[in-house]
Amino acid sequence: MIRVRSRLVLRRLAAPALAAFLPAVFLGVTARSLAAAPAAGPIKVGVLHSLTGTMAISEVSVKNATLLAIDQLNRNGGVLGRPVEPIIEDGASDPAMFAQKAQKLLQEDHVVTVFGGWTSASRKAMLPVFERFHSLLWYPVQFEGNECSPDIMYSGAQPNQQILPALTWAMHAGDKRIFLLGSDYVFPRTANLILKKHIARDGGTVAGEEYVPLGGTDFSAIIAKIKLAHPDIIFNTLNGDSNVSFFKQMAAAGMPPSKVPVMSFSIAEQEARAMGPSLVAGSYAAWNYFQSLPLAPNEAFVAAYKAKYGANQVVDDPMVHGYIDVMQWAAAVKRAGTTDPEAVRRAAVSLPWAWGPMGSLKFAPNQSLYQKAYVGQLQPDGQFKVIWQSAGPIMPQPYDQLTFPGKTCTD
Amino acid sequence: MTELGLLVTQLFNGISLGSILLLAALGLALSFGLMNVINMAHGELLMMGGYVAYLAYRLPIGPWRLPAAMLAATAGTAAFGALLEMTIIRRLYGRPLDTLLATWGVSLVLQQGARSLFGPVGVGVTAPAWLDRSIPLRGIGLPGVGLPVVRLLIIGLAAAVLAALALLLARSRWGRLLRAVQDDRDMAEALGVNSRRVDLVIFTIGTAVAGLAGAALALIAPVTPTVGQSYIVYAFLVVIVGGLGSLTGTVLAALAVGLLSASLQLFATVSTADVLLLLVVMAFIQVRPRGLITRLSRALEEA
Repeated sequence: MIRVRSRLVLRRLAAPALAAFLPAVFLGVTARSLAAAPAAGPIKVGVLHSLTGTMAISEVSVKNATLLAIDQLNRNGGVLGRPVEPIIEDGASDPAMFAQKAQKLLQEDHVVTVFGGWTSASRKAMLPVFERFHSLLWYPVQFEGNECSPDIMYSGAQPNQQILPALTWAMHAGDKRIFLLGSDYVFPRTANLILKKHIARDGGTVAGEEYVPLGGTDFSAIIAKIKLAHPDIIFNTLNGDSNVSFFKQMAAAGMPPSKVPVMSFSIAEQEARAMGPSLVAGSYAAWNYFQSLPLAPNEAFVAAYKAKYGANQVVDDPMVHGYIDVMQWAAAVKRAGTTDPEAVRRAAVSLPWAWGPMGSLKFAPNQSLYQKAYVGQLQPDGQFKVIWQSAGPIMPQPYDQLTFPGKTCTD
Repeated sequence: MTELGLLVTQLFNGISLGSILLLAALGLALSFGLMNVINMAHGELLMMGGYVAYLAYRLPIGPWRLPAAMLAATAGTAAFGALLEMTIIRRLYGRPLDTLLATWGVSLVLQQGARSLFGPVGVGVTAPAWLDRSIPLRGIGLPGVGLPVVRLLIIGLAAAVLAALALLLARSRWGRLLRAVQDDRDMAEALGVNSRRVDLVIFTIGTAVAGLAGAALALIAPVTPTVGQSYIVYAFLVVIVGGLGSLTGTVLAALAVGLLSASLQLFATVSTADVLLLLVVMAFIQVRPRGLITRLSRALEEA
């Protein structure tokens, strides 16, 4: 009898007890999560680059430079009094992976902004993710333009800040027959589209236009076509491992850069060192920065990078863009007083001129960077000798007016 | 260079590509073609050969670096191949899908192992200076055409390996034993042939060839953790088009694929040429599912 009664009592008590218990648990959990919402915790930012795969040769060092900038920010007291916490993810040289990891950073890690990307394919894959979450991506690499999203800060060179100055330099130097060679994706295809229009307008000729799949290593047919075409210069938009194979096979075919000039748009100090400078010595590159620039902030940056990552490291253009992206973001956050991406974006384009390792820089209202263009020739020691520079910082133009007439950034 | 020169160059490129494909596929022709073992780690064996060659190449032994690197690559990969056969493949004979899965796992392990040991960036074997030249054909009326010495070396290597394998199969004791086991395993065993040992020896020879191929490839392209993935599909393609169980078929298929790819690249981009090549192969397999040269054997019938 007693047992039955106690069971009845238990059952009678169970329901109200649960009714009281569950909401308490729920409120407790919500209170915990609300309290964890950072008012005084670290600011989480995403760092998303290819740490593996064919693009790792280029992107690992950009990640390093980004982390160096965050390090320096934290040593100077952080941003808005809070430390900055980087969350690093690997895009694995695969655009789908970049989109996936970007979503993970924004949705699960609740980062306030992301620094990353390299190939235009990766950026195009990440674009819808950032637009959906109304967050901000800082993209540090030169690209083909033709894009103007309010959710991306494009610090890398627009075509009129790298490709077209290189063309100007080449044609002034007398190179009229130009062979266009690139990896088969959006950046080389669009870059060559723009180049063809400008070459035609300026009186040059396109000696040939060839594409190789990203990561492809067989250039036998292309080298034969180059031989047949007799170009004055090759404009090379190959990316990643393909560059190594190309220069190796050109040398084997008796056409090293000393015999056939090559202007590369994806080879900087980093790639030159990985490939072995002797393979690429004598070829040209066009960037907004070279490690050999004799500017005080540059020397400080190179010293700081070598101190953190090793004395035999080299510094190149995308790394410096990764670095100044973080610094500009911090300045914008300070100016806006909040990490909200919309406010940061508006603050970033209204920042005053900065003096960074590449010289004067400033974000334009179209969210691209005012910056100078340089043409350098690779020396056997792996450094570039600057042989030409633009008169001053070039206004960034996402839509080349000759190729896409009438299109502008509507913001 | 003239149009004729371009044609001749592409002909040479086709043969060069064919020789590279042959080197990559010969090992697979032995394990897949003759033993019906689907070795998805074959590409990674190529990669291993490349990395071993890279390590051996750093030894300071002067002009002997290149042959030493090739030898080391062959021996090192062969040793690994023997280990692989004894531990995994041996237990899975007659179960091709299980072998496929197991060797796929091995390939992933090898790729990540290479990434952890050597980094995600590729390493290079800087070919010696005498390989970095080109033999001009100006003398025979083809100005501007040059045959890169490194590609000639690879063609020579492929021919030498092929000759050695053919001799091995036709004249040596192990070749005879392999042909016996391939024709009728049960009968061979009844006659006292240790078929397990024959399998081990043949698989090891296949991996040795793969290692040598990897070392040769290192001369013209960087060795990366994923280099094997670029070649595995073409290796299988060549073996299947050539016909399982026939080395002659593999040779013919490699040459055909190489020449076809080179000629397609005359008027199409590399990507389009790849697509067209695969379309041609697909059509060919529809018409001749057993490949170029069919070899009837009870072992392959039962597979």
